[in-house]
Amino acid sequence: MTKKEGNSKNPLHGLWALTNRELKKWYKNPYFLFLSIIQPLLWMGLFGRAMNIGAIFTNISLPPLPGVPPEQLQLIQQQISEFSKEILKNIFGVEDYFSFMSVGILTMVVLFTSMFSGMSIVWDRRLGFLNKVLSTPVARGSILMSKVFNAVIRSLVQASIVLSFAAVLGLTVGPDFTPLNLLGVYLALFLIAIGLSSIFILIGIRSTRHETQMAVVNLLNLPLLFASNALFPVNLMPDWLQNVARVNPITYATDATRQLILYQINTQQLIFDFAYLAGFALVFSTIGIVLSWRYLSK
Amino acid sequence: MAGDALVVEGLTKVFNKSLVAVDHVSFTVKEGEIFGFLGPNGAGKTTTINMLITILRPTEGDAEVCGYNIAKQPSEVRSCIGVVPQEYTADEDLTGLENIILCADLYGIPREISKKRAQELLELVELTKFESKQVQTYSGGMRRRLELACGLINRPHLFFLDEPTLGLDVQTRRATWDYIKLLKKEYGMTIFMTTHYLEEADMLCDRVAIIDRGKIIKIGAPDELKEGLGGDIMTLSIEDSIIDISSTIATVPRVKEVKKQDGAYRIKLEEGEETAPSIIEAIRSEGHKVTRLSLTKPTLDEVYLEYTGKTIREEEESRESFLQQRVALRRARGGPR
Repeated sequence: MTKKEGNSKNPLHGLWALTNRELKKWYKNPYFLFLSIIQPLLWMGLFGRAMNIGAIFTNISLPPLPGVPPEQLQLIQQQISEFSKEILKNIFGVEDYFSFMSVGILTMVVLFTSMFSGMSIVWDRRLGFLNKVLSTPVARGSILMSKVFNAVIRSLVQASIVLSFAAVLGLTVGPDFTPLNLLGVYLALFLIAIGLSSIFILIGIRSTRHETQMAVVNLLNLPLLFASNALFPVNLMPDWLQNVARVNPITYATDATRQLILYQINTQQLIFDFAYLAGFALVFSTIGIVLSWRYLSK
Repeated sequence: MAGDALVVEGLTKVFNKSLVAVDHVSFTVKEGEIFGFLGPNGAGKTTTINMLITILRPTEGDAEVCGYNIAKQPSEVRSCIGVVPQEYTADEDLTGLENIILCADLYGIPREISKKRAQELLELVELTKFESKQVQTYSGGMRRRLELACGLINRPHLFFLDEPTLGLDVQTRRATWDYIKLLKKEYGMTIFMTTHYLEEADMLCDRVAIIDRGKIIKIGAPDELKEGLGGDIMTLSIEDSIIDISSTIATVPRVKEVKKQDGAYRIKLEEGEETAPSIIEAIRSEGHKVTRLSLTKPTLDEVYLEYTGKTIREEEESRESFLQQRVALRRARGGPR
């Protein structure tokens, strides 16, 4: 009999086993790993580098104006350029859009990875794996949390790769940046990953068709991304969108990471960012555990 | 009750308040026996298993698995059972060994024990050579064996097998039975299984419950059930096909029923081998000559027909095509991710 052998009652045992199962699928398959990283890199390269919004203002050449001597034209051009840099700094907080945007991409990586974590639970249900796991003594909450941790770990690894690429491509760090700030960056990404993946896994846990999950993911991903400051500053958005962006946790994760990497740190704002993110992660992972417990022990 | 691995009382499951999948089912599985649920697709076999392995809550009724109540002590139940579901649940991207270790971890078995057990089980089901190959390269029979090994990693007291040979070809099916018998011999657990293959129930089970539309219709040992049909069946013809000698045959002791159909006599009788000569003698003494004679033992097939009013073959067809569809669908969508 099993009981006498002193099986571990430690819930982490099963939790890690389930998390590792998912991670193995990912790191043992270089093709899959490559694909999951290539997308944010493409975004960063195309959006940030090719569509260089900053260049619209700073890289101008005025047409010859009648009656204006070329030297003066040159001067005007230079002044406009300087002036534009100020405008850019006002809008984006930094002089180049690429830095602004590539830090935003970090949150995007987390968002996209978390979204697809809900898919695997739909598959597990369809293929009967979920039922098999449920017939073992593993804690019900571990089943959900393993998916969450899988998404978190994947997100953080992918974000690190994206961040190093951004550094190579010319990310300019802010005056307050020290390598220690990276810990804060990881903490912010960790919190947002927990909250987001809990939400999507919760949606996934109830759906029996992966098409439904796919539709939900497609419906939510761009609105969540664009109604945030990940790619564009919130205060230039129309009012109604600003309101959405102000509750969108992605805005807070992005603001925290930007402050830590690019900006002069506003301590008060940074604390608020982290508090918001911690609350978000805590609330949704708790709801996730409670509801999955109830749903899975039907 | 002591000495019983499984006690089920009035177990009922109603889906959506109207669909009665399992209808007040009661039975007992004794320590060490192989107990089979035999019934067509949709009879409620899997629903019953799901309630017993604590992944589905019964609407009504109760059950005790290894002495633990399924509703009140689900954790205890889960630790003392092993489950092999209908589907292939092993992770295709992991190797056979990784899958077994994963199962072990879910039971919280320490690594040093689980590694040893995994090797032992892989050897028993003859997968040691393939242990470090990804499961997607396995054949259907190998996957079944892997599932069996996974289900046994916690040395279960009661082993649940849901349609253990579903979708396997005849040879692989027979081989799988041998593995089940071997594992049973090696570990001596009690087995509760479902099947819609009569042959399987006949070959493996000590006792069978015939279930149809959520209700148990009959419980007994396969041989007992067959005997319950009223014994063997003899078909014979005599030279003179016009005259009816049914009444003469009926006077022979141990003959239970005589029917004349299409010029031949269909006789239900007990202990066919011993009774046959007396029948021939009785016919001869009347001055007739027997031209043709056959004696058949009843099969579970006929038992099934007798109690459910249909042959199980009709059901098998739709079940198989359903499964094939599912597998095709799964392949088309690129497998699990």
